[in-house]
Amino acid sequence: MASITDLTLAELRDALREKKISAAETTDAYLGAIEKAGELNAFVTVTADNAREMAKASDDKLAKGDGGDLEGVPLGIKDLFCTEGVLTTAGSHILDGFKPVYESTVTANLWRDGAVCLGKLNMDEFAMGSSNETSFYGNVINPWRRKGDDTALTPGGSSGGSAASVAAHLCAAATGTDTGGSIRQPASLTATVGVKPTYGRCSRWGIVAFASSLDQAGPIARDVRDAAIMLKSMAGHDPKDSTSIDRPVPDYEAVLGASLKGLKIGIPKEYRLDGMPEEIEALWSQGADWLKDAGCEMVDVSLPMTKYALPVYYIVAPAEASSNLARYDGVKYGHRTKDFDDILSMYENTRAEGFGDEVKRRILIGTYVLSAGYYDAYYLRAQKVRKKIFDEFTDAFEKCDLLLTPSAPSAAFGLGEKTDDPVQMYLNDVFTVTGNLAGLPGASVPAGLDAQGLPLGLQLLARPFDEETLFKGMYALEQAAGFEARPENWWVG
Amino acid sequence: MAVDKETVRKVARLARIAEPEQRLEPLAAELNGILGWIEQLNEVDVEGIEAMASTVDVSLPMREDKLEEGYTGGGQPENVVANAPKTEDHFFVVPKVVE
Repeated sequence: MASITDLTLAELRDALREKKISAAETTDAYLGAIEKAGELNAFVTVTADNAREMAKASDDKLAKGDGGDLEGVPLGIKDLFCTEGVLTTAGSHILDGFKPVYESTVTANLWRDGAVCLGKLNMDEFAMGSSNETSFYGNVINPWRRKGDDTALTPGGSSGGSAASVAAHLCAAATGTDTGGSIRQPASLTATVGVKPTYGRCSRWGIVAFASSLDQAGPIARDVRDAAIMLKSMAGHDPKDSTSIDRPVPDYEAVLGASLKGLKIGIPKEYRLDGMPEEIEALWSQGADWLKDAGCEMVDVSLPMTKYALPVYYIVAPAEASSNLARYDGVKYGHRTKDFDDILSMYENTRAEGFGDEVKRRILIGTYVLSAGYYDAYYLRAQKVRKKIFDEFTDAFEKCDLLLTPSAPSAAFGLGEKTDDPVQMYLNDVFTVTGNLAGLPGASVPAGLDAQGLPLGLQLLARPFDEETLFKGMYALEQAAGFEARPENWWVG
Repeated sequence: MAVDKETVRKVARLARIAEPEQRLEPLAAELNGILGWIEQLNEVDVEGIEAMASTVDVSLPMREDKLEEGYTGGGQPENVVANAPKTEDHFFVVPKVVE
């Protein structure tokens, strides 16, 4: 048998059920792998003792034959999910020492199904970033490197720790969140499978809020089946989130391998960007051919509002963030400055010390676009353009069942390469952000390598709440791509 | 609608973030870079389009008006102040607000 940490989540689940291995030895194997991978900086907190206890409880359940769907499976949790009694930082200095007294609904669902928590994963501060370079806890390093070159590359962001730890086999799978592409873009850069479900599919309760009308939790996993198993456990209606939708959660794993015959795949011509690497363009055509071979019909669709999606996002998201992040005031939790004369300077200095540059920038943008005299010109206009983007997708899905696009405009880039110009960094999310604005489910699947040996992903988008068709398409892409490359484990120290 | 140093000062005050004097000019330049890029939205005809705040097309659900058990229930002041930097008898302690 392969080493425990090289088993997929599905293989691990089955091996645990058949008692070929124990949850305790599985957890120890992962804790050992994490310990050796300090250089990747994927974890903010490792909860080793807690993990061993959970694993022991899982072994008891497995012995009695009443294990849950994820019994004994060790997971990593993005540090944006509140975990009871465990430090939760959102990658920010301002949440220093914050140990929630409650558990997020999504993580509670995973523990209900028997999963084991290995710890909390590094991320861009408050999920604001596309390269994991804004974390107070330092950069996460991508396990992938260019051929014959040891330059440290970004794993993408904001779920950079999630993507890196899944790619390096430091956990069986991980949770992520996606506000503009924060699951799909890092998945693309690390050859992992990332799914952002329909807005409302997973509860946002207990997830540190960034932009509430866009934030959605989802899995990052090694393959499509693993992602399906994870999402089934994470999803579901929650009365504590008023935007969570009361619908049955399908068994996504059950649709894998179903025929795609007659399915219509839309190819949106506006996703063909000037200056896009030829390899990405070629991979995109290859993806269309794969789906054609699987029995799908290709349809040209037009989404002319696409170019406005990122500017809309950079009004809507900072506006919502400036409001959500008003709660960090040094009174209720986290960091409080020692340098103040009165309550105003306490607020101002606490926030100046606690937030990093990108978070401050976005709060200022958000405050500006919501301020008197500018609200109509920026915020209201952005919400109207958002409606046009939404309507365009609704029309496109009259003609097709899925949309196929690249996941990200480039492969993993070097740390520090794009930090000088915020707008250049924002362009990383050009293919993913539309899915958030329209609330659509979307996923990135590893599809190929570029000339430098770095992974590239393809994205599928589906109609709201049609994750089943999404998974069907993802599985077909995965089968056709036959992607088996792995990063060399240079980080094992 | 270019942002100047004084606008940054005002917005930073509204956002309750202390920005040192020497940061105001660079911040104005950064914000103008982003806002300049955002202004392409002015090309879009939004006449008669309704503003969209959420993709979820449902009215807010109402729940029964009763005390919940558990995390969202009442009667747990220790939990409410558990993470506060400074507390006294289940109160948050802040600098003097009223003279």
